[in-house]
Amino acid sequence: MSCDFTRTVLHGYLDGELDATRAAEFERHLESCRECATSLGSEESLRSSLQRSGLYENAPLDLRKKIRAELDVATVPPAAIRIPAWRWLAVAATIMVVASVSWFAWPHRGIDSASTTPFTVAEIIDAHVRSLQPGHLTDVASTDQHTVKPWFNGKLAFVPPVKDFADEGFPLVGGRLDVLGGQNVAALVYSRRKHIINVFVMPTKEPDTPIHPPGLRQGYQWRHWRRQGMEYCAISDVSDSDLYELAQLIYQ
Amino acid sequence: MSGSDQGKGSDVLDAQDRARFEQLVLPHLDAAFNLARWLLKSRADSEDVAQEAMLRAYRFFRGFHGGDARAWLLQIVRNTCYTWLEKNRPVELMTEFDEELHPQPSVSPETLAIAGANRERLTRALETLPPRFREVLVLRELEGCSYKEIASITAIPIGTVMSALARARQRLQRALTHATPQEASREL
Repeated sequence: MSCDFTRTVLHGYLDGELDATRAAEFERHLESCRECATSLGSEESLRSSLQRSGLYENAPLDLRKKIRAELDVATVPPAAIRIPAWRWLAVAATIMVVASVSWFAWPHRGIDSASTTPFTVAEIIDAHVRSLQPGHLTDVASTDQHTVKPWFNGKLAFVPPVKDFADEGFPLVGGRLDVLGGQNVAALVYSRRKHIINVFVMPTKEPDTPIHPPGLRQGYQWRHWRRQGMEYCAISDVSDSDLYELAQLIYQ
Repeated sequence: MSGSDQGKGSDVLDAQDRARFEQLVLPHLDAAFNLARWLLKSRADSEDVAQEAMLRAYRFFRGFHGGDARAWLLQIVRNTCYTWLEKNRPVELMTEFDEELHPQPSVSPETLAIAGANRERLTRALETLPPRFREVLVLRELEGCSYKEIASITAIPIGTVMSALARARQRLQRALTHATPQEASREL
């Protein structure tokens, strides 16, 4: 009744978790301790009840299916077309068209073009700032456009145009996958006199636009445009004239 | 939350990660579901929580550097279950774990055999145990985990797994036999 072995060591013995010495020691004890012998019998009986009663419950078949579908969505390239996101993009694009019409009708009035992008200004700035953290800038570090461009193959459902502009003073640093507005996007990284410029690229079904006037917040500038089925947003802390220069180079 | 599932979550997992996850982690979905089912005592809730845990595991997958994939997954499942319980059934978590192990007369093997033969009664008895007793029993007896695995899944020191199991088994015996006082007294 007060045998210390019953309380603990017996369980280690039952579970086969004692080392050889302690197990032998317990077996010797078992010969002379009725309490432990009875307890061991009870525990063995309980164990066989637990294991033989079919208490183990397997996952329902459709759960596995559901989880696989969710995993696909969380994987790049996405296996399923994300219709809701694109629908939302279409709405944003409509606003964009209206906004650009207003822009041409009253030049230099609407300075902030952010409301027309399928992602928020905060997201762009966050993504830019995040990329500046140590080790976050590039997934593929290369100044060679022929290295960076193929790297995106199979990682995105589209191929972003990648060009190096080292001769024009904007050397390509590398590329990265990022997420904006819930979509996977390509981020191309350029440098300009030690400053970093991120150019986010994602596909669009909307018509081309000119390079929109700059947006400015928290010391960061961005330029947004659409060209040949791609949506672009360049962001940096460089001067707007530098940013505009790079935007023009990419636009050509 | 404690343990290694705190690795940095990554949003961008590619086809290669997906294939590795399918091969290493997804086969343990039954184990994940079974643990959730016994912790939450409900199949419907367990489906949701097992699914959530599996997706969490996928997001943390880059932080899994090989080793025991089942234990790694079950640790995440367990944490997800406790988070769910805290939110939805906080009362269930308020039972003490470190209850003294009172010496009590052992129940005879015959009595236990009779009580344990009834699946319904066994299920009920198991479900009356506090979650922290229930989980070590489920991991040991249904999942066949070693003490080392139990320690890593439940975040209790390996040196105390044995006594935790001893207490859990005593509680289960008591719950089983108390459920049927007339039979218990007859047998005793």
